Amino acid sequence: MMKAAYLHIPFCEHICYYCDFNKVFLKGQPVEEYLQALDEEMNITLQEVPAEKLATIFVGGGTPTSLNEQQLERFCQSINDRLPKAEDSEFTFEANPGDLSKEKLQILKDAGVNRISLGVQTFNDELLTKIGRVHRANDVFYTIETIKTAGFDNISIDLMFSLPTQTLTDFKQTLNAAFSLDLPHYSAYSLMIEPKTVFYNLQRKGKLPTPGEEIEAQMYEILMEEMDKHGLHQYEISNFSKPGFESRHNLTYWNNESYFGFGAGAHSYIEGFRRSNFGPLKKYIESLHNRKLPIFETHRVTRSEQMEEEMFLGLRKTAGVSISKFTEKFGQDPRHLFADEIADLTRKQWIEVTADNIYLTKQGRLLGNEVFQMFLGVFD
Amino acid sequence: MNREVRLKRQSKIRNFSIIAHIDHGKSTLADRILEKTNALSSREMKDQLLDSMDLERERGITIKLNAVQLSYKAKDGEEYIFHLIDTPGHVDFTYEVSRSLAACEGAILVVDAAQGIEAQTLANVYLALDNDLEILPVINKIDLPSADPERVRHEIEDVIGLDASEAVLASAKAGIGIEEILEQVVKTVPAPTGDPDAPLKALIFDSLYDAYRGVVAYIRVVDGTVRAGDKIKMMATGKEFEVTEVGVHNPKVTPCDELTVGDVGYLTAAIKHVGDTRVGDTITNAKNGATEPLPGYRKLNPMVYCGMYPIDTAKFNDLREALEKLQLNDSALQFEPETSQALGFGFRCGFLGLLHMEIIQERIEREFKIDLITTAPSVIYQVYMTDGTLINVDNPSNMPEQVKIDRVEEPYVKATMMSPNDYVGAIMELCQQKRGNFVDMQYLDENRVSIVYEIPLAEIVYDFFDQLKSNTRGYASFDYELIGYKPSKLVKMDILLNNEKVDALSFIVHKDFAYDRGKIIVEKLKDLIPRQQFEVPVQAAIGTKIVARSTIKAMRKNVLAKCYGGDISRKRKLLEKQKEGKKRMKQVGSVEVPQEAFMAVLKMDDNNAKK
Repeated sequence: MMKAAYLHIPFCEHICYYCDFNKVFLKGQPVEEYLQALDEEMNITLQEVPAEKLATIFVGGGTPTSLNEQQLERFCQSINDRLPKAEDSEFTFEANPGDLSKEKLQILKDAGVNRISLGVQTFNDELLTKIGRVHRANDVFYTIETIKTAGFDNISIDLMFSLPTQTLTDFKQTLNAAFSLDLPHYSAYSLMIEPKTVFYNLQRKGKLPTPGEEIEAQMYEILMEEMDKHGLHQYEISNFSKPGFESRHNLTYWNNESYFGFGAGAHSYIEGFRRSNFGPLKKYIESLHNRKLPIFETHRVTRSEQMEEEMFLGLRKTAGVSISKFTEKFGQDPRHLFADEIADLTRKQWIEVTADNIYLTKQGRLLGNEVFQMFLGVFD
Repeated sequence: MNREVRLKRQSKIRNFSIIAHIDHGKSTLADRILEKTNALSSREMKDQLLDSMDLERERGITIKLNAVQLSYKAKDGEEYIFHLIDTPGHVDFTYEVSRSLAACEGAILVVDAAQGIEAQTLANVYLALDNDLEILPVINKIDLPSADPERVRHEIEDVIGLDASEAVLASAKAGIGIEEILEQVVKTVPAPTGDPDAPLKALIFDSLYDAYRGVVAYIRVVDGTVRAGDKIKMMATGKEFEVTEVGVHNPKVTPCDELTVGDVGYLTAAIKHVGDTRVGDTITNAKNGATEPLPGYRKLNPMVYCGMYPIDTAKFNDLREALEKLQLNDSALQFEPETSQALGFGFRCGFLGLLHMEIIQERIEREFKIDLITTAPSVIYQVYMTDGTLINVDNPSNMPEQVKIDRVEEPYVKATMMSPNDYVGAIMELCQQKRGNFVDMQYLDENRVSIVYEIPLAEIVYDFFDQLKSNTRGYASFDYELIGYKPSKLVKMDILLNNEKVDALSFIVHKDFAYDRGKIIVEKLKDLIPRQQFEVPVQAAIGTKIVARSTIKAMRKNVLAKCYGGDISRKRKLLEKQKEGKKRMKQVGSVEVPQEAFMAVLKMDDNNAKK
């Protein structure tokens, strides 16, 4: 049953050097038409796939808060008109430090948004410039203050590590600054160099001085230690929170559950089908203008694939894969299905198996991909 | 056909091939000739029609030979029968070139109007002259801004000693001079001079295996006549067959009643192995056949050997079948099973040269879908033992213990390089580095030089050609021929991964270079072998003595951080790609080693080249 929806706002005022999400410069874009198309997509989809009341809605980008106040208001209205929400739903907006005015926050608040995820990345101004961000560390403190004042208490920030020229000291300082905000949720991602980014091109020319695997590993170890010290529980590879503040929306992905994906380039997982939408705005808008779903690719996830995904997604969580839930879902015990893989990984001390859970060890968290891969193609 | 008709027809036949350096426009000229002789409508024209295998097309070179029959109405009003015989364009296939040239009376020599004569061209021109061919020089690409036809004309006269006053100035690309070339073929290339009533003598210049017809032999009839039903004999092997079909390519396969003197066509005779239709062999009648075969036949021996191992050990038999299938069409390919402690069961394969090896390797991976580990190529070393015996070593790991060896000899080649004189220094430095002995240097004109060195084949087999190209910005051309064995101070270098000797990584190296190479290769391997779960020492050793060491660090972090906004498929693909990369690696003891590592020994001189 559908319990989650992701909505994509592909506009940005600036493009960060590492970002490979579907995005365009805001200037001169058909924002109104896009919002209209989004509304239409929700409308058609909900007619075809009736949803129960949604437990989570996540608006990401791009930069959702790059919309102006009117656009933002209209967009929220459209979400609330089209998507049925549960009483206690989690409704998240991504935002950038610096572009959250009091007015915009009020619009979000009025629309029922109850969680803000802020793209901070680092508190080192020099590094911020190097990765193509336009905000400064001070903007973060100010913005967080504004958000809190507007009445939001479920706030998260994104941090990045293993950035070009970043040192262990830099990263520790960033963590300290982050903790000083005393937030209930933090995400921290190591930089990945993706094709079609500024960084990718720099790296190919040999001009991207990333700290290297050893330092990256140390940063990750420091991250885990520090988070733990500050009472923030690591519930997933890259996510830490105070009890009760886990991102329920992101848990949908890792629990291998269904979700809607609305917007250009958005992904959905509906009734066993993984779909992606057209990325180019023009194509996306045109399709919906003709009242057709803007589907670019559809993949029916086979049963074997579902079981593999249950494993490699579930293992991202600290709690790991629930053996009883797996068995209930697929009628087979994962310990038997993946007996060889589990034996091998246990021997390597990358996973542990308890009465009801299969989960990564601390060492396994550092080498997650090595573990995840083992569960792919097992049934071929 | 009676004798007279045959002789009249014979006088209208012109057999020729095209000699050219790579990129000098051979294929384009062949296309133009096909167009002019109306062999094809332009709609049917595929670019570079004569090159039929995909690989050939991709690499821009011809591996398999082809011959086409064309008809040309000349300005004298007569209709002529042309046979255009294609030749492979790589030094690995020199013998095949010489045999296809032997099937001709003439050759069109194409020289680039800007670049002039290159070593490869020169080598082939000499092959043509050895076969008494009439040579028609053509100066091609005259429409290029940098064209200097007069200089090239002089070069042809000075370097080769041909009269180039009649050389056609052409642009195959623009269609300039094509008719003139064809008229010269009519005028200058002699008609074949055999006797149609004599016992059959037909030269095999190529053959291929066809799943339906068996082996198809490409032949040039020198004497006599052959038709379906004839009993024939291969003079080198003594094997006899009954001809099932004869025909020509025009360029479509077209069966005909008979092939007689001067004809170039194909013959099938329910032959099962290409080994029975050896290039250069003579076909004659089974009864009352010719007494003497045509001159020039040689059995081809591989020059370069390497081990081929399936990454998936279960695919050993598939690999054997793939090699057998390829051998059906390629009698120069040799293989026999061998075992490596590191790689398991595989085959030691022999090739004519490095290109031949790469082609076979690629075809196995592409056409038979078998992932391979190929060990670094090796030449055959002649090892004279202290007890007086001689051992041929084609696999470095089989090199006997140092104490039992009296001396080792290795094959040498005579290497001829041509280059603008700006690069003489670079070429000599490279040859010196490759243990070459200077033989000769001659100025072809004030700007171009021909340099001759004797160099160990093993050095050529590695990356000599690539380095020559890069050190001379692609200006130098290169050709070589084997000149025999010479004693060398050679030792076996072993490589240890995680303190275990990996036999497939052993190589033979000159004593004076051993320490440096050891150092370079352990560094190279450190970079090529991905981090493992534990630290892995990499060592180079001569006998029991470790000469170099480095360390592959343990893997520290490998985990996808992001969630990609619910794009699980992408995450999956990334993981699959990582997993796929592992499948391309071979588990050697406890270490996963990628294919490139086994070839690292080949690229060892990169570091030197960069300095």
